[in-house]
Amino acid sequence: MADGVKPRVKAPKKAAAGEVVTIKCLISHSMESGQRKDKDGNKIPRSIINRFTCEFNGNSVIDVVMEPAISTNPYFQFDATVPEAGEFKFTWYDDDGSVYEDSKKVAIG
Amino acid sequence: MDFSRRDTLALGLGAAALTMLPFRVNAAADDAIAAFTGGASVEDGGIDLGAPEIAENGNTVPIDVSAPGATAILLLAAGNPTPGVATYNFGELAGAQSASTRIRLAGTQDVVAIAKMSDGSFKRAAKTVKVTIGGCGG
Amino acid sequence: MKLKTITAIAAALFATTAIADEDAELVINGDLEIVTKAAAPAHLSDALDEIMSGWRFRSDGTQAMQMDDFDNPGMAAVDGAAEAWATVEGEKGKSCASCHGDVAESMVGVRAVYPKWNEKAGEVRTLAMQINDCRENQMGAKAYGYTSGDMAAMEALLSVQSRGMPVNVAIDGPVAATWEKGKELYYTRFGQLDLSCANCHEDNYGNMIRADHLSQGQINGFPAYRLKNTKLNTVHDRFKGCVRDTRAETFKPGGAEFIALELYVASRGNGLSVEGPSVRN
Repeated sequence: MADGVKPRVKAPKKAAAGEVVTIKCLISHSMESGQRKDKDGNKIPRSIINRFTCEFNGNSVIDVVMEPAISTNPYFQFDATVPEAGEFKFTWYDDDGSVYEDSKKVAIG
Repeated sequence: MDFSRRDTLALGLGAAALTMLPFRVNAAADDAIAAFTGGASVEDGGIDLGAPEIAENGNTVPIDVSAPGATAILLLAAGNPTPGVATYNFGELAGAQSASTRIRLAGTQDVVAIAKMSDGSFKRAAKTVKVTIGGCGG
Repeated sequence: MKLKTITAIAAALFATTAIADEDAELVINGDLEIVTKAAAPAHLSDALDEIMSGWRFRSDGTQAMQMDDFDNPGMAAVDGAAEAWATVEGEKGKSCASCHGDVAESMVGVRAVYPKWNEKAGEVRTLAMQINDCRENQMGAKAYGYTSGDMAAMEALLSVQSRGMPVNVAIDGPVAATWEKGKELYYTRFGQLDLSCANCHEDNYGNMIRADHLSQGQINGFPAYRLKNTKLNTVHDRFKGCVRDTRAETFKPGGAEFIALELYVASRGNGLSVEGPSVRN
């Protein structure tokens, strides 16, 4: 598991039924691209988060395939429809097999 | 390997000249597009790509893309060592077919976005982003 | 003068492109107003009329990253430091919270007045020095590396508690001698390029140095998340880089020169809001 990987998500706590809300997600991760060389000239192997998904009550909002060109501390902003009360689930998949998760509950009101 | 001062200077000038040329769209970018579209034709328009004209720093360049009616959008950096950047797959609860992120650009190049529309057609947008060497380095 | 010619040419080349919006205002999270432009403090008024935060010199995209705490990549480290604040560390079985309680209460206004005189220790203290003094002597824990990620994160956490408050660093009384030393350093040319801080940041702010838009070199926004190294950077780390970039043997972070310089440079920003963690190039 990569060290110090922390998600940071902005999602509204309340929404009207059917409202479109803006979600912002950041996760601290070095996203080692595989292009850098260490001081001996050897390539540092790639080690990135390769996929990010957002679901609401089990339904897909967005599913992102990520490549090494995504910057360190990957950031995404997108819109989601909130049909009913429930929970956003955010999942990041690391090359090394780790899975990072965060969730945000949304009430209707 | 021992370089004479003349050789080193020539190498340096050559390298400097190369870095001044804009990056060429590499074949890998075309391959990635073909893999995404299955060889289908791609039209311009119907997709908005937001990118700065001059990137303050190539390490973190904000890019946003929007294609109403798309099911997926492929983002490529045509001049990077590998052109793939991201593929956005929009689910049924996507509030809009748009997304923003921050990417790495190895040098001045075209950022390309291909949208797969729900009717099976493909749309294309591209923007040239100038990536500058900083001032003091530091 | 060579530098002026180069920057003049560069400025002409970039004249047509919008590099930054120097008239924009910074409001964070829609409600926290940040003063990024103010009248120069009295001690500076013969050199500058107005002082401006580095935020004003950055591109629109970079400026935007600081306007929402969920766009600001530096805030991720603040979360980590908030956890560290509450974590027991060291032989005495304490956390920061054991003595200081809630950081959002006890640390309000602290960052705004640092560096400052510490009567008991009889020295000028930077925030980093004070943090390590607490860690070593009150907690019996290991000091943070002066420019380490942990230190930068903790400085960012403390900065957030003073965010929006005016920088108000004392320059007289027991700190006066250190302040004078810092001022002297600011105007001393260093390195093969023979540049002083003032040559760029006082004489040429607003101009381009190659492709970089020169700021006034204010530190009200530190620690700064720099896009170029995608991490939070501390003041001494940046000073070290700047001096190195004049092609000089640079000074040591935490050493007397940079403590004095930090005090002086901080005072040049008296009146600007504490802004950290900021987003810069």
